[in-house]
Amino acid sequence: MFEYAVAAVERALAAGATYADARVVVSKQESIDVQNQAVQSLDRTEQAGVGVRALIGSSWGFFATADLSRRAAIVAGERAAEIARASAAVPGDRMQFTDVAVVQASYETPYIEDPFTVPLSEKVDLLIGVTKTMQEVKGVAIATGNLTFYDTNKWFVSSQGHRIHQHLVESGGGIDATALGESESQRRSYPQSFGQYETGGYEVIRKWDFAANAGRIAEEAAALLTADEMEEQETDLILEGSQLALQIHESVGHAIELDRILGWEAAFAGTSHLQLPKLGTFKFGSELMNITADATLPGALGTFGYDDEGTEAQSVEIVKDGTWVGVLSGRDSAAMAGLPPGGMVRGDGYNRLPMVRMTNIGILPGDSSLEEIIADTKSGVYMSTNRSWSIDDKRLNFQFGTEIAWEVKDGKLGRMLKNPTYTGIGPVFWASLDRLAGGDEWIHWGTPNCGKGQPMQVAHTGHSAAPGRFKNVRVGVRG
Amino acid sequence: MSREIHLTEQILDLVGERAEAEVLASTGNLALTRFANSFIHQNVAEEGEAVSLRVAVDGRIASSKTTATAPDSLAAFVEAALETAAMQPVDEDWAGVAAPAALPAIEHADDATYDASPDTRANLVKEFIETGTGMLAAGYCQTEGQSVAFANSAGQAASGRNTSAIIDGIHQTGTSAGSGHAASVAIGDLDGAAVGVIAAQRAADSVAPFDAKPGEYEVILAPEAVGTLAVFLGFYGFNGKMLSEGQSFVVLGSQQFDDRFQMWDDVTDPRAMGIPFDTEGTPKGRLELVADGVTRGVAHNRKTAKKTGVASTGNNIPGSEGWGPVPTNVFVGGGDRSVDELIADVERGIYVSTFNYCRILDPKTMVVTGLTRNGTFMIENGRITDAVTNMRFTQSFVDALGEGKILGLGGDARFADSEFAAGIMYVPTMHLASWNFTGGAEG
Repeated sequence: MFEYAVAAVERALAAGATYADARVVVSKQESIDVQNQAVQSLDRTEQAGVGVRALIGSSWGFFATADLSRRAAIVAGERAAEIARASAAVPGDRMQFTDVAVVQASYETPYIEDPFTVPLSEKVDLLIGVTKTMQEVKGVAIATGNLTFYDTNKWFVSSQGHRIHQHLVESGGGIDATALGESESQRRSYPQSFGQYETGGYEVIRKWDFAANAGRIAEEAAALLTADEMEEQETDLILEGSQLALQIHESVGHAIELDRILGWEAAFAGTSHLQLPKLGTFKFGSELMNITADATLPGALGTFGYDDEGTEAQSVEIVKDGTWVGVLSGRDSAAMAGLPPGGMVRGDGYNRLPMVRMTNIGILPGDSSLEEIIADTKSGVYMSTNRSWSIDDKRLNFQFGTEIAWEVKDGKLGRMLKNPTYTGIGPVFWASLDRLAGGDEWIHWGTPNCGKGQPMQVAHTGHSAAPGRFKNVRVGVRG
Repeated sequence: MSREIHLTEQILDLVGERAEAEVLASTGNLALTRFANSFIHQNVAEEGEAVSLRVAVDGRIASSKTTATAPDSLAAFVEAALETAAMQPVDEDWAGVAAPAALPAIEHADDATYDASPDTRANLVKEFIETGTGMLAAGYCQTEGQSVAFANSAGQAASGRNTSAIIDGIHQTGTSAGSGHAASVAIGDLDGAAVGVIAAQRAADSVAPFDAKPGEYEVILAPEAVGTLAVFLGFYGFNGKMLSEGQSFVVLGSQQFDDRFQMWDDVTDPRAMGIPFDTEGTPKGRLELVADGVTRGVAHNRKTAKKTGVASTGNNIPGSEGWGPVPTNVFVGGGDRSVDELIADVERGIYVSTFNYCRILDPKTMVVTGLTRNGTFMIENGRITDAVTNMRFTQSFVDALGEGKILGLGGDARFADSEFAAGIMYVPTMHLASWNFTGGAEG
């Protein structure tokens, strides 16, 4: 496959590009959805094509084709340069491009069990079984289960001499139960609201043991119908790990994207409240807040060998002891900011322009545990599993809803509460973090649906997190 | 014979008598010129073709999609789909493939848009940027052209072409931003300067915003904000699957909205975009969703229609199996008032240019939270007096449109989009009696 990428790059250079790269991507996906013991859909998707990037002056030109032939690759290289030249009608400053090591390398996701060779009957039977278990709980009207697997081969070639082949394998899925009342619906899901996704094979599915948790979440969904509504108040908030992971994703992960900080995403995704002159001094949170962007974590969803610009995967400090010290960057954005490139540029398939994306943005573990945190809380609430998320275009003002909560009184869990929400301002909220769990409660949560860019791209990102406590948070906001 | 029709026939031949089958083949292009900091920084295009196949082997269903369309690849693709289906349990709700039926004679396509060059898009971008003197512009200009063919084993065959062109952007000062948006089937209809002027005016008018107190306000919602309401109503409410599962707010035949509220889905409207059949080959027509405030219908595909005992409305989209069928050519009825006249009726309220990052808290009550963006203004005694900082709201969209809540409708209906899907909502400015703002965006 390298030959097609080479042909595209050579043609783009001949057409005037000062730099060019190309990715041949061949991918397949299998997705199974079961609802109430019936298969809703069994979809298999295959995609193959080549995408070429050409840099001329201040702008990238990008062209992609699903025709995997030498002739089509050459045309794609020509078209990428033509598109870059058209950008000169509205030029900016010449785009800089930081050097990285030029490598010829390969990388493969470590996995035990190829998910595409596990019999379909085994996967379908698993989902039918767990939906049956959930349906047996009185009050549960809808029980669903999903499994999705990805297998991606990428061949990357740059005009600077990169030749990189990667084979990435990702697996994930989840289950959920919905109970319906007269004028409300209540949902509980496992392992988290969109399922849990990791790099790896079918062993990921076996590890999370859906069957052992189906009955519990179904009982909780049904119980929520008669639970008390959370009252609006300011109180101590304990977040379960997957909700803390999403909090990191939305209020830290997107805020530290250098393309947002530079204004490149201003119209759609937005910008960031973070300003580069404050890098190294801005107080983002409490001393317990230590965030890294680590694309090398074994098993985490945002793990790979090289990004889509040929930069090797690395771990970068983002927040150290509460102070903002790092960003997510690529070769062009890093050059503009005068920073080393972070190897965080990825494209969604062969037909999307690679852009700055989160890798594994996680908080390093603390020395406590959920049990200790609850025991140490006189009055507060414990919220689990995301239900809704909303944040402003500068990544400051957020409001999250979770599926379930419990009152915490005198160190013990009390009443179950429904329709929990909490709201706050990012750095104020993070400054209130005063307890953080660790040990085996520190999990590499995976987010398989991070949207960004135009045309829209979906990225798979990881967020390591453990339960944590935040002081004096506004909860229970509803219309 | 077009390439797409050839592909559908090729695949049906490969399936033969072994299964019920439906095939969707498409060829086309998508190009998007993106700008930020007042220059074009990303500029992309793609061409390709793709084939989707759904087979039913004795009621056992499997779906597959591929971009590999060489003859040998297609043969392997078909065999894999048949093998996969044969391993499945029987789907008791399978409604079979669509019977042959005539299509509406309408095509929403424009050759100049299908063949639009990067230079054409760059010129529109330049027009937009030049309207914001001293401001930073960001946004995009997109063109898309698609040719689609459908065929199934029952003899239904359909084909069509569609195009779309969009320019969308913001102008920014150091303290504010304003947005503009336009979409059409034909790129020749777009005026980059006209869209840019609106964005620049909103940005200039909001350079010194203040923090308004949270609470209930009358609102004037610009078309982008009304588009957000329509998207949520359509996707979570007027959805045949969600209704049959008890997750929708919809009560058919009930007065759930103000009697001024009209909403319908109609690809046959000359102003619409898209093709006149869905991914199951069912012809699309006009579907009444709300008439004079009474909820009249929901979107169906073949499966939800069978379950409900009605006919499919032709609203199947990719992913419908899990999410359900939804309307994608939505119109909200307008009035005859100008925006200035609507504002003149407000004693104290908020003008909202766009909503941002809206997410549902409960589909059954349609409570949504989100923020305002790109131009939010205080209205006092019938005129805009000040800009206000972005605000967060938590509001039931059904309650907001309830009986007695629509106080005025603009005569300015157009395609509008703020964050979800351009080209599917054609809506006017709206004056509503009450909207619940819960706080300022920056605390």
